[in-house]
Formats: sequence, C-alpha cells, structure tokens
Amino acid sequence: MIASLSLILLCQLAGEVVVRGLSLPMPGPVVGLLLLLLLLLARDRFGVLARGPLQRDGVENASRGLLAHLSLLFVPAGVGVMQKLDVVADHGIAIAAVLAISVVLTLLVTVATFLVASRLLARGRSAR
Amino acid sequence: MSENPFSLWVYLSQSPLLWLTVTLLVYATADAASLATRRHPLANPVLHSIWIIAAFLVLTGTSYTTYFGGAQFVHFLLGPATVALAVPLYENRKTVAAAILPMLAALAAGSVTAIVSVVLLAEAAGLPRGLVLSLAPKSVTAGIAMGISESLHADPSLTAVAVILTGIMGAIIVTPLMNRIGITDFRARGFAVGIAAHGIGTARAFQVDAVAGVFASVAMSLNALVTSLLVPLAATLLVH
Repeated sequence: MIASLSLILLCQLAGEVVVRGLSLPMPGPVVGLLLLLLLLLARDRFGVLARGPLQRDGVENASRGLLAHLSLLFVPAGVGVMQKLDVVADHGIAIAAVLAISVVLTLLVTVATFLVASRLLARGRSAR
Repeated sequence: MSENPFSLWVYLSQSPLLWLTVTLLVYATADAASLATRRHPLANPVLHSIWIIAAFLVLTGTSYTTYFGGAQFVHFLLGPATVALAVPLYENRKTVAAAILPMLAALAAGSVTAIVSVVLLAEAAGLPRGLVLSLAPKSVTAGIAMGISESLHADPSLTAVAVILTGIMGAIIVTPLMNRIGITDFRARGFAVGIAAHGIGTARAFQVDAVAGVFASVAMSLNALVTSLLVPLAATLLVH
C-alpha cells in the first residue's frame, strides 16, 4: 500500500519536474498520469518490471481507493465560495445562468460530435 | 483547563484536526444520503457538503484560511488522484483506443464550445471584464483552471468557485439530459461530462457506468491540455 502510494506520488513528482523543467503548458499531474500509464504498459511487455507495487494489483488497488471518493477532493476548494459572497450577491444569478447554459451547450455539442464522428467512421469502414 | 468556557473551542477551531474531521464527516453523511436516494442527481454529495460546511464556518465566524489549514490534506489528494486515473485508462485501453478519432473530434468541438460560450454569454450578461476572464477556464479541473486564471491576471479563487459550480451543474444535469434526448452510448455520455464538468462530472460518471467513467476521465485529462492552450487565445480574441 505504501509502496503503491509512493509510486503514484513519484509519478506526480516526475511530472512536475518535467513540466517545470521544459516549461510545458500542461499540468504536472497529467504528465504523471501519462508516466504511470507507460509504466503499466511497459510492465506487461517486460517481466522484470513486475515487482513491488507493479505486481499483484498493488498500484491498481491504491488508485481505485483514491478514485472511489473523487468527489470528496473537490469539497475544500468549493467551500471557498464563502470568501466570494460579495460577488455572489452582486452577480450570482447572472453567473449561475451563464455557467448553466454553457454546461448544457458543451454537453450537447460534445455528445453530438462524438456520435456523428463514430457513425461516419463506422460507415467509412463498412463501405470499404 | 482555563476558566474560559470557550478556550477548548478556541484551541480546536485553530487546529487542522477539527476541520479535517468536519470535512470528512459532512461528506460521509452527504454521500450516505446520496446512496440512500440511489444516487439521485440532486443529492450530489459535493453540493451538499459545500453549503453545509460553508454555513457552519460562517455561523462560527471561522475564516476560510483556518478551515483550509485542515482541509488542505484532502485538497492535496487531487494531484495523486489525477495520476491514479492512469489505472482505469489502462484497464480499458482497448475500448479507448478503438474510439480515438471520435474522441479527438469531440474534444476539439467540446473544449471550444465550453470556452467560447461562457465568454460570450458572460459578456452579453454585462459582467465586468475581470469576472469574464475568471469564468473562462471553468470547465477544467480546479488546480489547472486556477493556474490559467492567474496567468490572465484574473481572480483564481473566483475561478475555483466557478469550476466547482460548473462541475456540480454538469453532474446534476448530465443524466436527465442524456436520458431525455435518448443517448445510450455510455462512451459518448461519459466523454461529454468529462469535457463539460471535469472531475466532479467524472465522479458522477463512475457512479452511473464504469465505461462512462473511463471516457470521462480521458476527456477531463485531454481537456486540461487543450484548455490551457485555448483560454489565453480566447481571452485575447473575445474579451474586450
């Protein structure tokens, strides 16, 4: 468990180092995600890597534990709304309306594009 | 012990222990309520935890800084949890690889819609410039959105609030909306909520369907990359 958590933190740390070092315009944890994914894929190919947290579902179980309550992790930042009660009083309704419309539009455009693209691809494949 | 009956409160209210316990306890209760309503969208555990804790802090006259001293241990885990998304991605790699082209098309369309719509709507609503800029990165996960907001000289703490609010709205709306318009492809449903509502949407997607959760987490990671490039561009082109 500790070894698996260390591996996750190590990937994040390496991600931060890469991002800062190369001044990439992306977040460190996302690079950490890519590193862990590459490690898992490499393990399947090279047996020597399958040790410590990379064997018997070690890092897999630790990750599932972290993700089981992903929503909890957003609570502390969300409570920050109490610092912004003046903005909420002045523009709260407008902000809520703008965000709600934008969320619905984004959901509809994304889902429609996904479905149209996968149908076009399927048609292209069956036509060939 | 001191004679002052408030000394225990004064001591505890300054310690991380109390606020960490409050955060976990309120969330555990909200989550149990959500489970009891069979994950009804309106019983969203993040939404109810936030207002209950914020009300408690306001009533006890506790500052957010003091609260965050305890809650930061939970907040910190956002980073490792992002790294941990590699595991569901790895386990579903074949399903994801098979849908790579529709995903890229939906990513492009979705992230542009998320940014352009919020900027144009906020300007149409007559919101001040600083506020418009603070809302622009609202569809990516909190840490990243705050970084973008900072680089635009907007208000990062306001951005964090907009991000969480967007996430909650997306998580509440996605299931009824998709059922209403008859979308049954859980890859598409998950991907859409990951683009529109980042981690809170992804948490909701995992509650509904495992494949939807994986597509939501891929969408959320990809959107983090694209949005950090697009928002500065949109800010120069659209915000006056």
